[in-house]
Amino acid sequence: MSMDLPRHWRLKQARYRLEGSHCEDCGHTFFPSRLICPECRSENVVAHQFGGRGRVYSYSTVYNPPAGYDEYVPYTVALVQLDEGPLVTAQLTDVDPEDVEIDMPVEMVTRRLRQYGEDGLIVYGYKFRPAWEAA
Amino acid sequence: MKPTREVGLVGYGAYVPRFRIPATEIARVWDGIEDNGVPIESKSVPGPDEDVATMSIEAAQNALLRAGIAPTDVGAVWVGTESKPYAVKPTSTIVAEALGIGPFTQAADWEFACKAGSEALQAAFGMVGSGMLSYAMALGMDTAQGRPGDALEYTAGAGGAALIVGLAEESLAVLEASTSYVTDTPDFFRRQHQHYPQHGHRFTGKPAYFHHVLNASQNLLDELGQTPADYEYVVFHQPNVKFPLKATRALGFSRDQVMTGLLSNRIGNTYAGAALIGLTAVLDEAKPGDKVFVCTFGSGAGSDAFSFVMTDMIEERRTRARSTQMYVERNTTIDYATYGRYRKKFVMN
Ligand SMILES: [Zn+2]
Repeated sequence: MSMDLPRHWRLKQARYRLEGSHCEDCGHTFFPSRLICPECRSENVVAHQFGGRGRVYSYSTVYNPPAGYDEYVPYTVALVQLDEGPLVTAQLTDVDPEDVEIDMPVEMVTRRLRQYGEDGLIVYGYKFRPAWEAA
Repeated sequence: MKPTREVGLVGYGAYVPRFRIPATEIARVWDGIEDNGVPIESKSVPGPDEDVATMSIEAAQNALLRAGIAPTDVGAVWVGTESKPYAVKPTSTIVAEALGIGPFTQAADWEFACKAGSEALQAAFGMVGSGMLSYAMALGMDTAQGRPGDALEYTAGAGGAALIVGLAEESLAVLEASTSYVTDTPDFFRRQHQHYPQHGHRFTGKPAYFHHVLNASQNLLDELGQTPADYEYVVFHQPNVKFPLKATRALGFSRDQVMTGLLSNRIGNTYAGAALIGLTAVLDEAKPGDKVFVCTFGSGAGSDAFSFVMTDMIEERRTRARSTQMYVERNTTIDYATYGRYRKKFVMN
């Protein structure tokens, strides 16, 4: 089985930290990051660190996962609308599927996304959990 | 001992996973009775997508929030653990990258059973104290495993803490002095490629834990010319509830001084994380001017002892991130079957 090491390595900033981009010309922020602004076609684009807070826009629960994800079953995959605007697809964690609701406030955490068997690469990345009250 | 420049803690953060298994549930499965004189109430269990890397990332985020420094200012990320996700490949580089620390930073995983984190902390004080670094981060974090049915299974928990060391004038707690005390003692070990550890039953108590904790602690008190009455808080390594309470009495500290940092009854023994997360619970409560004594223990064996004085900065910094008690009180109780699945206790051939 190919572990696709170069692809995982390239995506690590976006995946570990939810790093997208910001257009210096029209002010748009987007995720995943692009070299050219999808709104105004400007190339004046810089890296942008998202705050990691948002709301559940839509979701569905997975019972028959692709290979590498079986240990998390059942789990919920959601379309999360970040406070800054962009929509991100991510797995929800620290929540039972029956407790997920549309519009539920969520926050980003970095977790294991999958592993390539017991002897292969562990892939880490963002997931979202129900938001906690601030300290 | 103490470095030439005055140093202390500028930030701290804790992490404990949300799952708990009551010790009575483990007793029900292995002994058929729930009330079997269990050593703690419950222990923490990591979720299926958690490991020492992910747990370290969240604790370190809390520590960075409290320190209020840029991730790129951190010059060392040292993870003390005995449950690394990879046997070969540092956990610390994953943690650093996820937090935006580096690439100009030191990174390493430290090993010394349950004192791996405090060993890293000693080194962090040295590096900042010598002027080589402005800030260094030391973590103690573990997802400990006990063989099913073994005495260790009741207590082997998951959690830990991140501490950021900086100069004294920026610190929420200033280091007065520290000491380390080690001997070659075969009280607990795990050979390469073995999933579960072995413990030398007759070695775990008196010649191991108490010998090292009492000697390191007494040595530091003597060096500073202080007595237990000079301290508001004391934190010991906590493999259970009984050992730290016994060390408290033996040294002349009181129950009131030790209870704030004694978390093992609720989250279990978090190994390299245990004394350090206990310290974070104390930092959440201590007032400016309070003195805090900490003594860790790691099998093999050794102890690191530290003496801190709280500064005015603690009051505002502690509010910048989630408290240790918020993590301790988070509680989703699971049964042995779910625990077995999450911790891969069932082997399918
Ligand atoms: Zn644009």
